[in-house]
Amino acid sequence: MTQRRLMVHGIGLGILMFLPLLAAAAGEPFLTNIASRVLVYALAAVSLDLIMGYGGMVSFGHGAFFGLGAYVVGILAHHSFNGTVIGFLPGEWQGTASALVQWPLAILVTGLFAVIIGALSLRTTGVYFIMITLAFAQMLYFFMTSLPTYGGDDGLNLWERSQVPAVDMYDDNQFYYVTLALLLAFLYLAHRVVNSQFGMVLKGCKQNETRLQALGVPTYRYKLVAFAISGAGAGLAGALAANHTEFVGPGLMHWTRSGEIMIMVILGGMGTLYGSVLGAFTLLMMEEVLSSYTEHWMLILGPFLVIVVLYARGGIYGWLVGDEMDEEPAERADGRTGGGADDG
Amino acid sequence: MPLALFLEQTLNGLQQGVMLFLMAAGLTLIFGIMHLINLAHGSLYMVGAYVAATVTSLTGNFLLGVLAALGAAGATGMLVELLALRRLYGRDHLDQVLATFGIILTFNEITKILWGPQALFLSTPEVLSSTVEVIPGVPYPAYRLFVIIVGLAVCFFLRHLIINTRLGMLIRAGATHREMVNALGVNIDRLFTIVFGIGAMLAGLAGAMAGPMLAIEVGMGENILILTFVVIIIGGIGSIRGALIGAILVGMVDTYGRAFLPLIMRSFMEPSAADTVGASVSSVAIYVLMAVVLIWRPRGLFQAYGG
Repeated sequence: MTQRRLMVHGIGLGILMFLPLLAAAAGEPFLTNIASRVLVYALAAVSLDLIMGYGGMVSFGHGAFFGLGAYVVGILAHHSFNGTVIGFLPGEWQGTASALVQWPLAILVTGLFAVIIGALSLRTTGVYFIMITLAFAQMLYFFMTSLPTYGGDDGLNLWERSQVPAVDMYDDNQFYYVTLALLLAFLYLAHRVVNSQFGMVLKGCKQNETRLQALGVPTYRYKLVAFAISGAGAGLAGALAANHTEFVGPGLMHWTRSGEIMIMVILGGMGTLYGSVLGAFTLLMMEEVLSSYTEHWMLILGPFLVIVVLYARGGIYGWLVGDEMDEEPAERADGRTGGGADDG
Repeated sequence: MPLALFLEQTLNGLQQGVMLFLMAAGLTLIFGIMHLINLAHGSLYMVGAYVAATVTSLTGNFLLGVLAALGAAGATGMLVELLALRRLYGRDHLDQVLATFGIILTFNEITKILWGPQALFLSTPEVLSSTVEVIPGVPYPAYRLFVIIVGLAVCFFLRHLIINTRLGMLIRAGATHREMVNALGVNIDRLFTIVFGIGAMLAGLAGAMAGPMLAIEVGMGENILILTFVVIIIGGIGSIRGALIGAILVGMVDTYGRAFLPLIMRSFMEPSAADTVGASVSSVAIYVLMAVVLIWRPRGLFQAYGG
């Protein structure tokens, strides 16, 4: 790791650790609340980067896992608050408000869905993979809109945030640190994953899957496990998002949400994990800041995205860190290597 | 099920199918030949709709509106290609996604500034506002029939263009052997700009014709864009024939779903619930169709050009 990279990481971590203090010092404590939102989306973006940046699996359906995680929390809290029995489950369970049950369950359910969706989607590659993940996400989206029990189109209010032992989730600062802890934990997990032997196979799948298969590596299984981990990560982010907005709706699963998460990853720098945090930060903060100046803020954000693509290869992270990514040039998403005029 | 209703819905499905084909043909050409994922294709559709509505209300002539829409969308498309997209051809698909997403935001905002946030409405032109009895006993809007005819005409024109003309030959050759075409002295940059212009004009035409049927509003491009992607994925990327089959398939499944699923649901559910559930299930139908096609044939129905 170069010195510059170390510095960027150090400054980034420092800002994240002390943000509530900085916000209070600047006399704008509401910034902490906005920062929590950034962290929630960062968690979703990091989970997507794990499969997109390392495994070459461009999922356009991550919003589905995000939303599903949120719905797990929303539904459990709904029943717990109203004291009603969860109809579609056997037994007489009335839900719960405890985060220790809600969040692991959100991870489990989204992970399970990711296995099912991944098992079917991974038969395809490239652009076809993008679209089939979108298809499954749209199915879940329309399923939730047609479920009147849980609000249907209108969604579900979360009357009670998840109860974390010894933490007051209604306190902005404490909420922030819980989210930060989970984000850092997931970053650590993802870091371990990509630097393990498993991660080597994953990166190999992106660069040349056929060659790996010829070496006898069962790439399908590796990709499926990675997809499941990624989906579960997005599910956890969704569980936090439900708590942050105190609302759960099908909008969380809409394809624009999946697109937004994908944009964060590409903007920050794919295949870097930390870049996704930067991407989430940049996109959401630009939205926040620009929209306070002008209602036509998209006129600034739009060209900005184009310029980032044209002039900052490797996204914002690549631009900050400066040195070459420790990766070979990304292959085309459809697995095609030749054909471009500058492919040389 | 009454046969007349079924036939009427078949025409509706066909009409939606040809609209989707106009979008899909351009998108699949751009994708198949330039290997560019162009999310901004829907913005050209929007440009077509807005320009058609404005020119029609100024001149009172729908035909002029459509021609203006073709010109505006074509010019906008070529301008965007020259300024930004040209530099993205050799790049990673995801860079293209990010850049063209940025272009969508830009176009949406410019449109909002120029025309305001409220939706525009375009009335059906006088000549076509009547109904025609294609199916005995069922009056069918002449305008929708007109859309079907125009769509089919464009389809034959494209077929002629691609199979019988020199430009079409270059397009086919450019898709399979780009370097070779370049080495033979064809100005490939200009070819790409022309292809992009054709695709943009088709999108503009689709937008202009959608005007009298839909609300013309910011964001209308994104809705049809997703459907268009579904179409070209089902058809197989780069294949015009696939785009046609895919478009008709999606148009039919979507229309039949919307018309008949709530009816079918009613037979085993109370009516109000049947309507909501039916509406949702029919929205899902095309995605189920796409997923099934892809699980069965992971590269679409008509895999074109080895891509």
